[in-house]
Amino acid sequence: MNTSDKKARIVLENAGRIDPLSIKEYMNSGGYEALKKALSMQSSAVVDEVKRSGLRGRGGAGFPTGLKWSFTAPLQGQKYILCNADEGEPGTFKDRLVMEGDPHKLIEGMIIAGYAIGASEGFIYIRGEYYASIEKIEKAIAAAEAEGLLCEKVLGKEFAFKLSVRKGAGAYVCGEETALIESMEGKRGNPRVKPPFPGVSGLWGRPTVVNNVETLANIPYIIKNGADAFRKIGTEKSPGTKVFLLSGKVKEPKAIEAPMGTTLRQLIYDLGGGLAGGIKFKCALVGGAAGAFLGEDMLDVPMDYDNLLAKGAVLGSGVVMVLSEKEEVMPVLKNLMEFFVHESCGQCAPCRTGNKMILDLLGRIEAGKIAAEKGFEMILKAASTMKETSLCALGQSPILPISSALKYYSRELTIK
Amino acid sequence: MISEILKKYEPKKENLLSILHDVQESSGKNYVSTESVLEIGKFLGMTRSEINGVMTFYTMLSEEPRGKYIIRICVSAPCHVAGSVSVKEELKKVLGIDVGETTGDGLFTLEESACLGVCDIAPAMMVGKDVYGGLDGHKIKKIISEYRSRK
Repeated sequence: MNTSDKKARIVLENAGRIDPLSIKEYMNSGGYEALKKALSMQSSAVVDEVKRSGLRGRGGAGFPTGLKWSFTAPLQGQKYILCNADEGEPGTFKDRLVMEGDPHKLIEGMIIAGYAIGASEGFIYIRGEYYASIEKIEKAIAAAEAEGLLCEKVLGKEFAFKLSVRKGAGAYVCGEETALIESMEGKRGNPRVKPPFPGVSGLWGRPTVVNNVETLANIPYIIKNGADAFRKIGTEKSPGTKVFLLSGKVKEPKAIEAPMGTTLRQLIYDLGGGLAGGIKFKCALVGGAAGAFLGEDMLDVPMDYDNLLAKGAVLGSGVVMVLSEKEEVMPVLKNLMEFFVHESCGQCAPCRTGNKMILDLLGRIEAGKIAAEKGFEMILKAASTMKETSLCALGQSPILPISSALKYYSRELTIK
Repeated sequence: MISEILKKYEPKKENLLSILHDVQESSGKNYVSTESVLEIGKFLGMTRSEINGVMTFYTMLSEEPRGKYIIRICVSAPCHVAGSVSVKEELKKVLGIDVGETTGDGLFTLEESACLGVCDIAPAMMVGKDVYGGLDGHKIKKIISEYRSRK
């Protein structure tokens, strides 16, 4: 697979290449052609095309996007399309690159999604710290309005659509779709009990499709070039590209858009220039804070949703944080747990107290106050209880990074 | 004081976060005063405790006066691996304050951020709305002194 193949750029195709605030430049490079095509199709045909493309949610869960749309499309009454731009998974900065580098691609994706599911209004919920993203998206929305792309009759057709930005205010859990909806309604971002799912009862109790920025940025390509063209990229069950996010001890930390199925080795060594200072690779935290530490034995696993899941790992948001032989795993693990402690919304007792308990135990193991074996046994028990009993992914998350880090920690102990 | 801001919005609860952001930004001290909370409550038909519940949930919002510039040092895992711990210590030294405190001149408040989403330039921080990456002791001193001379 030629990962530097230009055709493999869908989401970041224009980022850094065109003036993000010039709607003319976006149009000159084929922008809004997909919207024209979509509006000439039946809305159900748009949903079918996305279904056939095999596109899966890029926020981390990997749920088939077309299927999600098909639940909401037949429902009657006021519906909403909501873009989750509350990017907060540690190590993740892909949505920011889309919003800052090619805001019209996201807007085009949202208008098409609105048409497909029959929503007359859309919202982009952007985390409050992303000042530049908020500014660019707001300016791009104004430009799209001036071009008749967001109005009572989009491109003169019998389709009304309006779009606006909502700002987050610093809460990781609001990236969870029902917490995001609560936050949009002006409340604390506590996740809701599911079902009902947002597709049936979401914003203000109305059917709401929530999609990630990267997911929506794939839509114009799929509609313009067709599902078959999209399926030619990536793997059978995870078609398309993924924006991987290389950070940590690599020579060149950066975002890399590559076909799904690219291996860790290709990402780190071929595309990322290898490890900084040429130091030996120890492991990489893949998927985000809720991801797994993967070692040398996993360097050649094709990275997509199913291949990683089969190995007990997750693709998550595409984070690849590399550790060299010089870094110890324990401080990183403690850092991840401090993150979960801080970001737990406190609604579910297992998550609220469990994260604190795990962090405390890690400290005691490190200080030699409790035997590592005994300590980790207690930690794993707590983490698995949290996985079973927490309402949302936040409380279900710590088990994976902890259990996958264990072998590296025991190795470090032996070396000491 | 805040009536100009409230004029921009319909009195709907969904506008609470936007209003709080606007009021905070216009305060000059990056906070929403109790009087403002009461006024917003009257406008939206919400009690003080309801609004307080929302405000304490989100790290960007504060009921206490803060510095003109909020410094957010990223403490995410990628920044941690890139040395954010020593960067934070250096910042504390240069500013003469701990995390959560405000400098005597009212210019800076030092806070932590769970992840700023700029992992390609770790370790990173934000000063107000501006992002700075590839931080080390030297760079921090330079950035802070630039802001000090700006006032």
